[in-house]
Amino acid sequence: MTEHKASTAEIIRASLKRRYRAERRFRLYGILAVSFGLLAVLLLLTDIIGKGHGAFRQTYVQLLIHYDPDVLGIASATDPAALALGDYEALVRQALHQRFGEPVERAGRRELHALISNAAGYELQDRLRANPALLGASETLWLLADDDIDAWFKSRGGGAEFTSRMGERKLAWVDSLLEKGEIALHFNLDFFTRGDSREPEQAGIGGAVKGSLLTLAITLLLSFPIGVAAAIYLEEFAPQNRWTDFIEVNINNLAAVPSVIFGLLGLAVFINFFHMPRSAPVLGGVVLALVTLPTVIISSRAAIKSVPPSIREAALGVGASRMQVVLGHVLPLAMPGMLTGAILGMARALGESAPLLMIGMVAFIVDVPHGFTDPATVLPVQIFLWADSPERAFVEKTSGAIMVLLAFLTLMNALAVVLRKRLERRW
Amino acid sequence: MSLVNLIITLALLIAVAYFWAHSRSLALAKPLGGIRHLHSLPLYYGLRGAVWCGLPALVVLCLWLMFDDPVVQSLVLAGLPADAVPSGPAERSLLLSTVVNVASGALPVADQPAAVAAAAERYNALRGTGQLLIAVITLGVAISGLLWGVRRMSPQLRARQEVERVFRWALLACASIAIFATLGIVVSVLFEALRFFEAVPLTDFLFGLEWSPQTAIRADQVGSSGAFGAVPLFMGTLLISAIALLVAVPVGLMSAIYLGEYAGPRLRNIAKPALEILAGVPTVVYGFFAALSVAPFIRDLGASLGLSVSSESALAAGLVMGVMIIPFVSSLADDVITAVPRSLRDGSLALGATRSETVKKVIIPAALPGIVGGVLLAASRAIGETMIVVMAAGMAARLTLNPLEAVTTVTVQIVTLLVGDQEFDSPKTLAAFALGLMLFLITLLLNVIALYIVKKYRELYD
Repeated sequence: MTEHKASTAEIIRASLKRRYRAERRFRLYGILAVSFGLLAVLLLLTDIIGKGHGAFRQTYVQLLIHYDPDVLGIASATDPAALALGDYEALVRQALHQRFGEPVERAGRRELHALISNAAGYELQDRLRANPALLGASETLWLLADDDIDAWFKSRGGGAEFTSRMGERKLAWVDSLLEKGEIALHFNLDFFTRGDSREPEQAGIGGAVKGSLLTLAITLLLSFPIGVAAAIYLEEFAPQNRWTDFIEVNINNLAAVPSVIFGLLGLAVFINFFHMPRSAPVLGGVVLALVTLPTVIISSRAAIKSVPPSIREAALGVGASRMQVVLGHVLPLAMPGMLTGAILGMARALGESAPLLMIGMVAFIVDVPHGFTDPATVLPVQIFLWADSPERAFVEKTSGAIMVLLAFLTLMNALAVVLRKRLERRW
Repeated sequence: MSLVNLIITLALLIAVAYFWAHSRSLALAKPLGGIRHLHSLPLYYGLRGAVWCGLPALVVLCLWLMFDDPVVQSLVLAGLPADAVPSGPAERSLLLSTVVNVASGALPVADQPAAVAAAAERYNALRGTGQLLIAVITLGVAISGLLWGVRRMSPQLRARQEVERVFRWALLACASIAIFATLGIVVSVLFEALRFFEAVPLTDFLFGLEWSPQTAIRADQVGSSGAFGAVPLFMGTLLISAIALLVAVPVGLMSAIYLGEYAGPRLRNIAKPALEILAGVPTVVYGFFAALSVAPFIRDLGASLGLSVSSESALAAGLVMGVMIIPFVSSLADDVITAVPRSLRDGSLALGATRSETVKKVIIPAALPGIVGGVLLAASRAIGETMIVVMAAGMAARLTLNPLEAVTTVTVQIVTLLVGDQEFDSPKTLAAFALGLMLFLITLLLNVIALYIVKKYRELYD
């Protein structure tokens, strides 16, 4: 008997080592899983920031520009029509020839002219319009460089130098600029103010950000009041019947419908049936309002639920009607929670792009939209469009735009957290 | 009167109604000796006046906005000489849009036949009359509602009840929007999908092995018929979703277990929000990451191992999608694991089981239904995910299970078929709606099953 007992203890003791090994192994799996997730976060963020930080600075080249009336073809600087017709690119070409000497063959000339972005001509036009006295005078200007120069200049000294689109001659010219300090990186304000462009060095997110703001305004105006009203009805007034159950089932399902399906809805119902303007923020806002509506309803219901029944009973006890209880007491107390939910819903809407592809917000739009019915695009869709562009310089722009998008999202989430901490009451 | 002006006038009228009814209720109360002799507070009399003024007028205006376009257009068509109106619906809508463009001045009148120019003039005239008419009707309704509402006021009038009833109906209407949205999705997708199935038999769509949705420009074109066999798309979707789940389920589940059962509060407070970042990153960012960083990395890795990997491999898209749904799985798993009663855990530990044995033999079996529900929800999320696959998976419909090749998915095809110019009578465009219908049905089914399982499971321990 004793012998048998001892052997049981021995069996257990012998198995302990194996069991502890299994325990350690299991723990290791857990650590591995958590570190995999954290590593993914880290990789994602460093990859984006590593690629995108350059987008906020752009390469400029310093040139001496002589506003030669003969080259421009403008006789008098007071005539606006003549100012509009002037050949400003010729000024840039002339300045380049003066700086580097004019290459004899055409290919060389074309290569030289490609140092400067074609946006430079427009800049000169704007300057001359603002100050007609410049006609015939000279000034030294920093002009926007072409995106190939920009890519090379930024990759310089960083291991993999980007020289594949730089001929030997181009390198020699740029080297001479470098020696004299006539090429430099400046802060890229245009990136935040301009609309889209086919030329990477001129492309900006201004139009997309404005489009996103207009779209989100519509989304918020629709989904917040409707969502709050729906939540109030379901929590405070809904009778226990089939219709109420049906509403609940529909909200839960709507929350899980893939967002691309909402794009189909927008296309078939809002564009083809109601004839709403395609590509417009108002349409995008309506579609995104439907996408975010379930989120807003669910979080608003949670906020209403967290208001203790004693509040309602006290108000009812002093003679308030049910509507007065809700509007005067429950709603103000639940408002911080509802606002938090609405902000999180808006953050989701800001990052959403799939349904907007279907309703024409992928169009190439250069102008910054001014109203709710102007054609527009939004920030995530702009990112999608740029990610598809073959030019290497767009990789940097895309990552820069992603950084701006993530900054907006971080801001909104931080706001939600602060709001919750500050205003939410513990009962 | 333009629509904006009409709405502003209406808003002014509503404000007038509110203040008039409000002050009239005070005037009614004065001879009686103060507002305590009124049935309701003056506020409610005011609101009631505003409701009587605004609500009927807004209903009329909305009905008009819904139906004015078709009415005006059919009137214009009816006014054209019979030989100028083509028989086909496509030609007729083309003619109509020409008329509308001429009328708005977007097209020069000079290039158009006399009938069209006349129709354009008629269109403008009808528009003008219509706008005048609706302005008169709406404002008439508003004013009569206002007068009627004010005239019926008396100290005994149950104004509060009336206003609250209207509010309650408004709340119900807002809550019912979810139903109308679902209905809209079902009807729009189903309607277009049925038109698609008229052109392409349902069996060809569901069981066909070839997908090449070209549109025919000429009838005798090579490959003009197109092939709409969706099996390669379903396989591609399944392949990428399976890879995503293979990444997300073990990682999400293990991190939920580790953070819930092992990690100290310090690590938990850092790691949990850090993992939640993954849930907040927009999908287009994941798509960019997959297409420009992960896919080239996998291709180069494969090349160094002597494997030929497509630069748009299913593996890259699936891997990144898996990373995206990690926080989704882990937060669902966390919910169900914390719902397992403390007593089960304590009982197991008291019998001498190690913590991992408790997790493996007690907690996971107890939480299994909830975990399965969570995995189904994650699967539905993966199947419906669009941007990652649009950016990182291919366009070519290939019937393969090799994760190193490029495959395409249902969502990718919906997007490619519908982005750009569309004509609503070609099977190519309608095919997108048929795919949308499939996607909707499959995700709906998965969600219903998952929610049912999770609900049953919650009842078990509540």
